[in-house]
Amino acid sequence: MPILEVQGLSKSYRQAGGETTAAIGNISCLVNAGEFVSFVGPSGCGKTTLLMSIAGLLPPTSGRVLVKGKEVAGPPANLVLLFQEYNKSLFAWRSVLGNVRFGLEARGDHSAAPKKARDLIDLVGLKGFENHYPWELSGGMQQRVAIARALAYQPEVLLMDEPFGSLDALTRLELEDTLLRLWAELRTTIIFITHDIEEAIYLSDRIWVLSRRPSQIVQELRIDFPRPRDQVTTRAEARFMEIRNDIYRQISNRGAP
Amino acid sequence: MNSSSRFNWLGWLTLGAILLFWEIVSRSIPRVQLYIPPVSQILSALGQLFLSGAIARHLSVTLARFLEGYLLAAATAVSLGIVLGYFRSLHSWLEMLIEFLRPMPSVAIIPVAILILGIGDSMIVAVTVYASMWPILINTIDGVRHIESTLIDTGRTFGLSRGRILWQIILPGASSYIVTGLRIGLSIALILVTTAEMIVGSKGLGFFILDEERSMNSGNMYAGIILVAVLGYALNRGFLALETKAMKWQHGMIARKVT
Repeated sequence: MPILEVQGLSKSYRQAGGETTAAIGNISCLVNAGEFVSFVGPSGCGKTTLLMSIAGLLPPTSGRVLVKGKEVAGPPANLVLLFQEYNKSLFAWRSVLGNVRFGLEARGDHSAAPKKARDLIDLVGLKGFENHYPWELSGGMQQRVAIARALAYQPEVLLMDEPFGSLDALTRLELEDTLLRLWAELRTTIIFITHDIEEAIYLSDRIWVLSRRPSQIVQELRIDFPRPRDQVTTRAEARFMEIRNDIYRQISNRGAP
Repeated sequence: MNSSSRFNWLGWLTLGAILLFWEIVSRSIPRVQLYIPPVSQILSALGQLFLSGAIARHLSVTLARFLEGYLLAAATAVSLGIVLGYFRSLHSWLEMLIEFLRPMPSVAIIPVAILILGIGDSMIVAVTVYASMWPILINTIDGVRHIESTLIDTGRTFGLSRGRILWQIILPGASSYIVTGLRIGLSIALILVTTAEMIVGSKGLGFFILDEERSMNSGNMYAGIILVAVLGYALNRGFLALETKAMKWQHGMIARKVT
């Protein structure tokens, strides 16, 4: 049984003028447990709306989302969404340790909280920063805290909304590898959104390419580069560039040359 | 934040110079002395009032009324402000009422309070609560409205109940606004306690000041005024000390934004 199922999901907004805009056309897909899947699409194609709907934070206009066969009505207990804007999502009044502990407390896990939180902080590479406040950290470190906090919740499905979108290129590569390492270790299902085609290829088992809004899935790709992947060798494979160009043509509507 | 932690020599020097000027003018011009006795005389009057225990009673009464009124106002206004800030439709219902009552000088409510509650402690506390509630309420509502929606969505995706979102995310998220409201409310509460005591009291510093004025004891009157001033100053310092401790996370954040 798939862990997550999206059936005919669509979402329209009523704008101030009374007009309705369709953000998501009609999306259906299946995600298997333990998979790393990505949605790639142009900016403003409704990717965030799609993820918010899957997370139960926005009710869809039609269609439904099933997590382990159960229809999503509000935020499901075994799923957590990680936002792109780590600076708006972290709790400024809590230290790094406090933020990570929040994930455990939200789970109702109080007993082993401090020890577990420290282990997770260690795991995302922030040992020694436990007592720092978010504003004392760089953007990349803040997103590491957000990842540790999300993992502390022990979700079966982790949704990530362009988590590395506002980081510099080097930090981004570093965090991609951290994420893959954590994913291999914890075997959480990850649904990842990005407009960076190469990032999606590097990380994912499968990719869905989305059209402009109202977004539809225009292509599904299976990515079978062996794991663990490597920022240099994986990206250097000829097949990597082929997939990249293929997706790029789809998104930019250029067709084959 | 530096100005509150570092000892401000220049500021104290100005204050000292003014007191010295006061002392000299008062001593050298008899007509002034009649209305404004020298500082030294006022301080010795204050000392005697403390030694005889005459003023300690008034001070403790005023302090108790202040604390009761202020803490009640803080608890009510913060809870109400969080609810009104979060549930916008509720705020729409009450918005005009708040906007009409808030700008009204709160002392105007004193006659109404006397009419309903008489001239006892409860009336003084009631007007204190009423007056100091407004800045706390308005700031709390503002604070809740300025919270990033991402922060609330974070709470929701982590499966927090609405109550826990209010308590664990909205309250701390709005805390810098709330603290501003609490600080304004503190001064207002002290003003209202003193004013109400002048009008209806038979104890308290407000009553004492007016009573000494009526008995032509200008030395004691000024002693009472100085004591109220010192009380206000001490309460403010105490508040700032608590704030610095509670909002430690924020002070660093602001300091960094400034530099």
